[in-house]
Amino acid sequence: MKFPVPHDIKAKTIPGTEGWERMYPYQYQFVTDDPQRNQYEKDTFWFYDGLHYPEPLYPFDTIWDEAWYLALSQFNNRIFQVPPVRGVDHRIINGYVYISPVPVKDPAEIGERVPNFMERAGFYYKNWDALEAKWKVKMEATIAELEALEIPRLPDIEPLSVVTEGIGESTGYHLLKNYDDLINLGIKCWQYHFEFLNLGYAAYVFFMDFTQKLFPSIPLQRITQMVSGIDVLMFRSDDELKALAKQAVTLEVDDIVTAHRDWADVKAALAKHRQGNAWLAAFEKARYPWFNISSGTGWFHTDRSWNDNLNIPLDGIQTYIGKLREGVSIDRPMEAVRAERDRITAEYRELIDSDEDRKQFDELLGCAKTVFPYVENHLFYVEHWFHSVFWNKIREVAAVMKEHGMIADVEDIWYLRRDEIKQALWDVVTAWATGVTPRGTTTWPAEIEWRKGVMQKFREWNPPPAIGVAPEVIQEPFTIVLWGVTNNSLADWAAVQDIGDPDSITELKGFAASPGTVEGRARVCRSAEDIRDLQEGEILVAPTTSPSWAPAFAKIKACVTDVGGVMSHAAIVCREYGMPAVVGTGVSTRVIRTGMTLRVDGSSGVISIITA
Amino acid sequence: MGSVISAAALPWAALDSVAPKVCSFEECGKDSVQLVGGKCASLGELINAGVRVPPGFALTTRGYAQFMREAGIQAEVAGLLDGLDHEDMDKLEEASHAIREMIESRPLPIELEDLIAEAYRKLSVRCYLPAVPVAVRSSATAEDLPGASFAGQQDTYLWIRGVDDVIHHVRRCISSLYSGRAIAYRMKMGFPHEQVAISVGIQKMANAYTAGVMFTVHPATGDRSVIVIDANFGFGESVVSGEVTPDNFVVNKITLDIIERTISTKEICHTVDLKTQKSIALPVPAERQNIQSITDDEIGELALMAKKIEKHYGRPMDIEWAIDKNLPAGGNIFILQARPETIWSNRQRTTGAASSTSAMDYIVSSLLTGKRLT
Repeated sequence: MKFPVPHDIKAKTIPGTEGWERMYPYQYQFVTDDPQRNQYEKDTFWFYDGLHYPEPLYPFDTIWDEAWYLALSQFNNRIFQVPPVRGVDHRIINGYVYISPVPVKDPAEIGERVPNFMERAGFYYKNWDALEAKWKVKMEATIAELEALEIPRLPDIEPLSVVTEGIGESTGYHLLKNYDDLINLGIKCWQYHFEFLNLGYAAYVFFMDFTQKLFPSIPLQRITQMVSGIDVLMFRSDDELKALAKQAVTLEVDDIVTAHRDWADVKAALAKHRQGNAWLAAFEKARYPWFNISSGTGWFHTDRSWNDNLNIPLDGIQTYIGKLREGVSIDRPMEAVRAERDRITAEYRELIDSDEDRKQFDELLGCAKTVFPYVENHLFYVEHWFHSVFWNKIREVAAVMKEHGMIADVEDIWYLRRDEIKQALWDVVTAWATGVTPRGTTTWPAEIEWRKGVMQKFREWNPPPAIGVAPEVIQEPFTIVLWGVTNNSLADWAAVQDIGDPDSITELKGFAASPGTVEGRARVCRSAEDIRDLQEGEILVAPTTSPSWAPAFAKIKACVTDVGGVMSHAAIVCREYGMPAVVGTGVSTRVIRTGMTLRVDGSSGVISIITA
Repeated sequence: MGSVISAAALPWAALDSVAPKVCSFEECGKDSVQLVGGKCASLGELINAGVRVPPGFALTTRGYAQFMREAGIQAEVAGLLDGLDHEDMDKLEEASHAIREMIESRPLPIELEDLIAEAYRKLSVRCYLPAVPVAVRSSATAEDLPGASFAGQQDTYLWIRGVDDVIHHVRRCISSLYSGRAIAYRMKMGFPHEQVAISVGIQKMANAYTAGVMFTVHPATGDRSVIVIDANFGFGESVVSGEVTPDNFVVNKITLDIIERTISTKEICHTVDLKTQKSIALPVPAERQNIQSITDDEIGELALMAKKIEKHYGRPMDIEWAIDKNLPAGGNIFILQARPETIWSNRQRTTGAASSTSAMDYIVSSLLTGKRLT
């Protein structure tokens, strides 16, 4: 495989974006002035992490990239010492993130790392459950700290207590400190994010790998099915909506709950009834922490939570009430899922020829089942709960900046790097202390306007899927998972992208994620807000789905996504409900339009556009 | 090589003298190879395992023995075979020709003719077809056995109708036991001629709209979790002989969904010529050449049957099947033949896992190897 040289792409700056590099940390740049680094960059294979970053990064949102850059690399290289690989290096081109695992090239050094890895990673695998219990305590404490963190407004005069209690600190200092604390909590939370993740991925990936060696034709969806039916937090928020739907019927307020599309109207109507108030209390109880669920992946500030838009969970509850009235069970068929999992596992196991292989299969399956809950649950704690609270705390910081004229709108803050925000807060605080106007009020709004234009141009640019020289093998577990998604789909995506006219495309390919074939009307939903328009029996076409989209699956008969693998949310939910899914198609939301008739074959991964 | 074949030396002479001379497939099973040969025994076994097989009956080895005895040609046959060299094809063919002519010119004993005619009449009644078209196929006692492949050494005649024609082809099947190739093969392998007997199967022709073969193991990778199906329009001959590139389907054995499908351009199919009542090759009309020759539902049912057959035999199988166009859906898919798959089954597959014992060891060794990017 041949891909462009990074510096050549960099040399072709998109007109009007000159100087874009200052929007991102300096160490993320490909360089030409340092011969050694330049050579390293040329010799390295960089692939575009489209799974996490389908859009160019806002300067502030780079925080999670930096966080995992650090956390994953340190665990790989300094804590567990994965023998053949160090960390994962990062670069940015035109706002898109490229990554590359750094191999250990000296065989002797790999050999020296093996006993360390065996001892350290071995300790984690052996004591997984106890360490995971400890993890949960650390994580919940971190979130509690975040929730308690206050972002103070700067007063004209400090309260008298500062004097009478001899405090000796100003609100200005606390604003600076709490901003630092906020950022540090974020970085700490991502330390925990990766504490188990790569070990979990490794167990999972090599269980898949071994099973594919035994059965070269086994669909990946069948391997993931062997670890299905394990209770994970991912479904908990959806379960809360189902419980609220049932309770609305029991309390006989279901007519009121379904009477309006807007939460404010529903709430006002319910508040007039005694039973309605009982239901509202249950609703409030369910919100913590379960409505801290992002309606996207949680990676970006644009992914808002249910708490931010209560119309989304309301719509889910209304869908479930509708199902209950039709007499349809809304419970997930867990018993059936587990029975099918056990049947499939037993039948495959019986086909294994040798006793050694069967034993190895059992060991690896056991290990994959042990790690599975973490691999799923960390998402709720970090990407959903923590991030949902975090983004809003940053919005509180933005409100202070707006108050002092540094930015025109709260949502402008995302165009600043986190260190620039710190600098701007110093500007605000020192000016506040001094009683003058901050310098930033004339510089930042203009800079932000320019950055908005740059981001728009970045969005119109197509990042090449990979750059540099492809290696023959990849050893880093996280990259294997990512590469597994990108490598197989690169060719298909590229083929579609090469076609100038999207209207001429009649067939798309993706991962066969859940078997079966159906025909139906497409509904393209780009956000959780859009799923409110879904009609019964439509085929959902989305960039990706998240746990907060769960109620949509009660209405649809198939699902198609741009991004995601066989372990993605859409894949797992569709398998549970027994409906076809094709995921990781790359471009389906660009090619498919609402109203088209589609045939979705979830066994072979092909989507046919029957009528436009 | 014995020069005189005495009845007492024949293995089937040891069979119970009440063993039938003609019997229906339902009465056969895997233990009846000595009586009805490998093919008929296997068809009986399939029927008794609950697999849908076109009905039929067999002239047994006891019937064959009676024919040979009453035809009075045993000494002459033995004489013609005596002293042959298995590499001298000219001499072999000469002897074969003489023996086959001798066999085909002798009438069947009246008793056998009656038994066959009655069984054929009953078969026709059972199939709701006057003079039901049948396949007349040899079923040797040494074929379709693990370790000895006699497959294809004896003849099969398709689309035979009427008692006289059936009886004539029964004789031709019997005589095919003495084809040059069969004689040479036995000599080379050291099987005494008198140790080999033949039975003849008479089976309702499936009037195949679509037919083909399937394996319960992937022929290319040895993957036991799939069933691979080849299909073309018409009788299965075009698929078996490699005359066309058939449609190919890979079905997940555990869940029965189709995981790969390849629709080929199918230019030829075999069907019956209604004028001559013979099987002929015909071009497939252009508009049908590239359409799927079997429905997804039929693929599902076939796969289910294959799974059942494999389970019954406890090993990967190689299966011939057909879908009858005269019968309604739900009862029109038939298994024509099933035999143990030999290529992968004789090879012990290992993944190289034997060296690592714990999950941890496997994970470390896999990390060291990494994933190849292809």
